[in-house]
Amino acid sequence: MPRRLKAKHGFAAWALVLYAFLYLPILVMVIFAFNRPSPASVAAFHGSNICNIPPVQVGNIAVWNGFTSCWFSAGLHDPTYIPAIITSLQIAAAASIIATALGLCAALALARMKPRLRAPFDALAYLTLVVPEIVIAVASLIFFVQARNYIHAFPPLGKPTILLGQVVFNASVAMLIIRARFVGMGDTLEEAAYDLGSGPLATFRQVTLPRLMPAIVAAALLSFTFSFDDYVQPAFTNGTTNTWPIVLYSAVRFGLTPAVNALATIMLGATVLAVVVTAVVLRRSRAQVTPGQEKARGLDAALGLR
Amino acid sequence: MAVAEKTPAVAADSAARRVGRSFRPRYPAWLTGPLLLYYAIFFLGPMAILVAFSLAVQQGFGSLRYGFNTSQYHQIATSLYITIFERTLVMAGVGTLLTIAVGYPVAYWMARYLTTYKMLALLIIVVPFWTSFLIRTYALKIILDPNGYLAKDLGLNIMYTKYAVGVGLVYNYLPLFILPVFASLERMDWTLIEAATDLGARPFTAFRQITLRLTLPGFVTGALLVFIPMTGEYIIPNILSGGNYEFVGNIIGDQFNQAQNQPFGSALSIALMAALSVFVIVYILFATKEEQFGA
Repeated sequence: MPRRLKAKHGFAAWALVLYAFLYLPILVMVIFAFNRPSPASVAAFHGSNICNIPPVQVGNIAVWNGFTSCWFSAGLHDPTYIPAIITSLQIAAAASIIATALGLCAALALARMKPRLRAPFDALAYLTLVVPEIVIAVASLIFFVQARNYIHAFPPLGKPTILLGQVVFNASVAMLIIRARFVGMGDTLEEAAYDLGSGPLATFRQVTLPRLMPAIVAAALLSFTFSFDDYVQPAFTNGTTNTWPIVLYSAVRFGLTPAVNALATIMLGATVLAVVVTAVVLRRSRAQVTPGQEKARGLDAALGLR
Repeated sequence: MAVAEKTPAVAADSAARRVGRSFRPRYPAWLTGPLLLYYAIFFLGPMAILVAFSLAVQQGFGSLRYGFNTSQYHQIATSLYITIFERTLVMAGVGTLLTIAVGYPVAYWMARYLTTYKMLALLIIVVPFWTSFLIRTYALKIILDPNGYLAKDLGLNIMYTKYAVGVGLVYNYLPLFILPVFASLERMDWTLIEAATDLGARPFTAFRQITLRLTLPGFVTGALLVFIPMTGEYIIPNILSGGNYEFVGNIIGDQFNQAQNQPFGSALSIALMAALSVFVIVYILFATKEEQFGA
């Protein structure tokens, strides 16, 4: 017995190391959102607000120079960051809705299709996930440019092409998540609804859809996150549109100020808050409606595990 | 009137037929149509044009002549590009092994030893990944900065080297490995291990012969889920190696951003997919074998 206890503690210690490794960069990001510019650059700067120092003059911000909270307002008033964040939110919302709708329709039909008919569709869906993103990005770039040359109805490079390109990957993810849940929940309740005289549409609306909801929400959230966070595909199909990751990338490569940390901190805080609220609401509603067995499954789905 | 009389009858009839056949609603096959059409236009379309580009010839700046010209592929076979392909695959392989070494014990710990806080422990692993990928990589850059504490005070100046790229890969891909492995370990029946140790098996033997075998599908899926995107990685090598240690993905991007040699970039893309498809095919063979013999 003491032997097993030992192994257990060893694993726990390793897990703690891993948690530290995972959280250290996040912590550094948050702490350095409050970092002053280096003393030399503050001395050389003549403006009234030290957080207006441009990236090239900000000095070494990888060491701690003292506390300031002015980066938060500097970030929130930045003329490039905020519009880029708004653009990213718009694209992500649209991509999430379209991808989830496409994925839901396909998942319903595919789940109960004959394996022989399903296999080629599956192969195609997995292919969209396996092909490296950089390959899809450059292929989409030349595709959209050529398509616009020949068919004028195609949009020029910009927000629409970013959206159209991203939906491919997201729809595959949504389809797989929703289908896994649909297959997993079995068909006994639908059968019962049929026996009780409910039609296909009523059964879908009153029985199938509510039970699919966790998976649909998980798929939509995951699509939203992927789209919002995506750099590679938009970087090639954006034309002159700036998304948040694109602005971030050029800032990271060519110099930035802690205003970026401040914005990232705000977004992380908002995400954590949203998730905590959702978890609380879900827990409350689930405690009322479904038996405890479903609980773990719902959390799994929320984490994107299935 | 006639319509009103007929409709319920038809509905009842079709419902009866459906019930007679399968006792469950079958969703019509055309529901797959929209997604299939979408794939055809926005996935297969770009892929087809990629192949066409890779076989075309560049004429002057930006204009192409389509044909069947394999010279781009001959150029890839030169030592410079072979080196880059080797480097990418080796780095992705090492990155995957490191991810396994770091992540597997934690997945094992969560699945075997935790009960009440199991899902919480999993959630805590996922939370850092709600921040932007770029922000996380940038935060690593602050830590590894040549003027930062790690470099100046601890003498660990690995920024802009392959080690920095390795740290970035492991950091960003850990949950992608931990989640599927945890999912398969969670379904493990741990009484089997107790039975084995009762029968005199040493803990490691029991682990190797029972746990590892039973959870192999999740293990392989997790490893591949990490290895494949690492091979196509673009951002991490770009930011953390500062261009000193580029992957194939970066070379492909350069052909479209700077060099404007699109046929060559297309050929490189096809070559990368060909290299990856080897691993995918091995995985599919493995997966079907597992399915046949039941794992």
